[in-house]
Amino acid sequence: MKNHFRLGLFIFITPVLLWLLLLIIVPHVELLLMSLHGKDDMGRTVWTLANYRNFFTEEIYWYTFVRTALYAVIVTILTFLVTFPVAFYITKIVSPRLSGFLTVLLLMPFWVSELVRVYGWMILLRESGVINHLLTSAGLLDAPVEMLYNDITMLMGLVYTSMLFMVVPLISSLEGMDDSLIEAAHDLGASPMTIFYRIIIPYAAPGITSGSIVVFMLALGNYLTPKLMGGKNSLWFTEQIYNEFIASFNWNQGAAFGFLLLALSSLIIWAGLKISKQQLGKALS
Amino acid sequence: MAPVLDIQHLRKTFGDFIAVDTLNFQVEDGSFFSILGPSGCGKTTLLRMIAGFQQPTEGKLLIRGRDMSRVPPNRRPVNLVFQNLALFPMMNVRENIAFGLKRQGVGAPEISRRVDSLLERVHLSGYGNKDISQLSGGQKQRVAIARSLVLEPSLLLLDEPLGALDLKLREQMKIELKKLQADVGTTFMYITHDQSEALVMSDRVAVMHNGRFEQIDTPRNLYSNPATRFVAGFVGETNILPVRASSSAPLQVQTSFGLMLRATPVGNCQSDTLDLFIRPESIILTPAESHEDINLFPLTVQNILFDGSNTKLLATVGQSDHELLVALPQNQQFAHIGKGDTVPAGVHVDSCRCYPRGGS
Repeated sequence: MKNHFRLGLFIFITPVLLWLLLLIIVPHVELLLMSLHGKDDMGRTVWTLANYRNFFTEEIYWYTFVRTALYAVIVTILTFLVTFPVAFYITKIVSPRLSGFLTVLLLMPFWVSELVRVYGWMILLRESGVINHLLTSAGLLDAPVEMLYNDITMLMGLVYTSMLFMVVPLISSLEGMDDSLIEAAHDLGASPMTIFYRIIIPYAAPGITSGSIVVFMLALGNYLTPKLMGGKNSLWFTEQIYNEFIASFNWNQGAAFGFLLLALSSLIIWAGLKISKQQLGKALS
Repeated sequence: MAPVLDIQHLRKTFGDFIAVDTLNFQVEDGSFFSILGPSGCGKTTLLRMIAGFQQPTEGKLLIRGRDMSRVPPNRRPVNLVFQNLALFPMMNVRENIAFGLKRQGVGAPEISRRVDSLLERVHLSGYGNKDISQLSGGQKQRVAIARSLVLEPSLLLLDEPLGALDLKLREQMKIELKKLQADVGTTFMYITHDQSEALVMSDRVAVMHNGRFEQIDTPRNLYSNPATRFVAGFVGETNILPVRASSSAPLQVQTSFGLMLRATPVGNCQSDTLDLFIRPESIILTPAESHEDINLFPLTVQNILFDGSNTKLLATVGQSDHELLVALPQNQQFAHIGKGDTVPAGVHVDSCRCYPRGGS
């Protein structure tokens, strides 16, 4: 019996371990080694910290780095603010029959690829796009306005692409909440605001945490949306990495940036968990 | 002084369905008042209206003489113990009990003092820092009651709080609740479909059926003098025999299997199809003397339902197949009776209660 259990565990865990080893650990070790190498004046490959030093000395790298981190946090907060009322409405207010239908409606846009969705936004927002056409023909605008290629549009695009990953954990954590908890708090003298802060938010906290982590990481590592909707002035750190690898062909520099981004996301998530007093294991289970 | 709860012409409808049908009643200060009824009789709707979660369609609801119609649940001087308890899982026992006091803006030392004294009162001293998930069913129960009692409400509403407990614990909690109520003196309004809970604990019981109160009385009166056919059938065990009246004043009835009995009419017994109610313990085996007020008939024992002090017989009258439930006295006087024996039996006229069939 025990041997069978061991064998079963072994069979199931092997693909996971292989996947982790071959696709995560090995490439990362390779990248780490790469980031610590550089060429000296003679063109020979040597061990060096120059790639990391470059990051701290070049202002543009710094600037992009901080900007990306800040915007990713803002995207996470905005996504939460947009999706929480939706999740609350679906789980607590409409009838159960309708809530399944609404959830499907919510998921439907995510059946098409991110690229197609971003192009959809571009068709709506560009200078010759649908919204400009409607506004000018209605007489509200004299001339078409370029709505693409600025930070606001980029943020909106990022929030839109991340919504799914916030709304699903929120719905599942709110679904588990008994309505009588809300009534009990109300009965014990709590105002609607207090109920929200003391009962609903703490109850949904694991869902909020796991949603936030996923959304934050996706936003931080997103390439497509900032590239297509953000335009020239909205640099994203992933674009810097891409440039190093593809444009400059400086793989060592690109690898160093990659590791800095990894360190940054880990640090911010760690800080977020500390501040909200959540545990990673609890949030993701 | 105004009664704690005064309900006037209270009515609640959901579309065509009448959940609570024009109720009028008062609850006295410091009493243990129960509402007993089958599921779907409207008792939970009534409770939710008192707590403020539902608005009455018509009528008035006064608590200590104050009209509650525009007062939201968080401002009413009543607290509700929920059926599923609804303890807050993200807080420990102490925080759960302190929740309401914090909302009232009570100072921290005062909160601590009152929570401690209440923990002691419900025998949970030392459990303050435990998580809700660490408690047993009975302990959760007591936390839920403490959480409401700490606010010193005018009226504590309890919505079948013992429903989720197992039988033994329920028996124990019944006694504890009754003691607790006598101890704190808060008015309890208890909702249940379990007649034993209502009879054991209450000072007064209202039997509810189809949104109406059939009878409001003391548990003893409810049992011995049920006012309507529904109460007679719902409260306590009883034998129900469909009968035809053969003569009235004094009422004499004939059962479907031909037995003639003298009976006491309750309510309007003008029609000649009636229902006869006889409690199992009012059937006396081998009555010592024949008295003119006692109906006599022979019983054939079909089965003995042994249940300790609560042992009963299933017996038929003569050759008929209609089985009567007969309670055996608690002494061992009838221990010798076996299956198939025939024993003389008698029942007093006052214990044969006839109600009109169908409506109340």
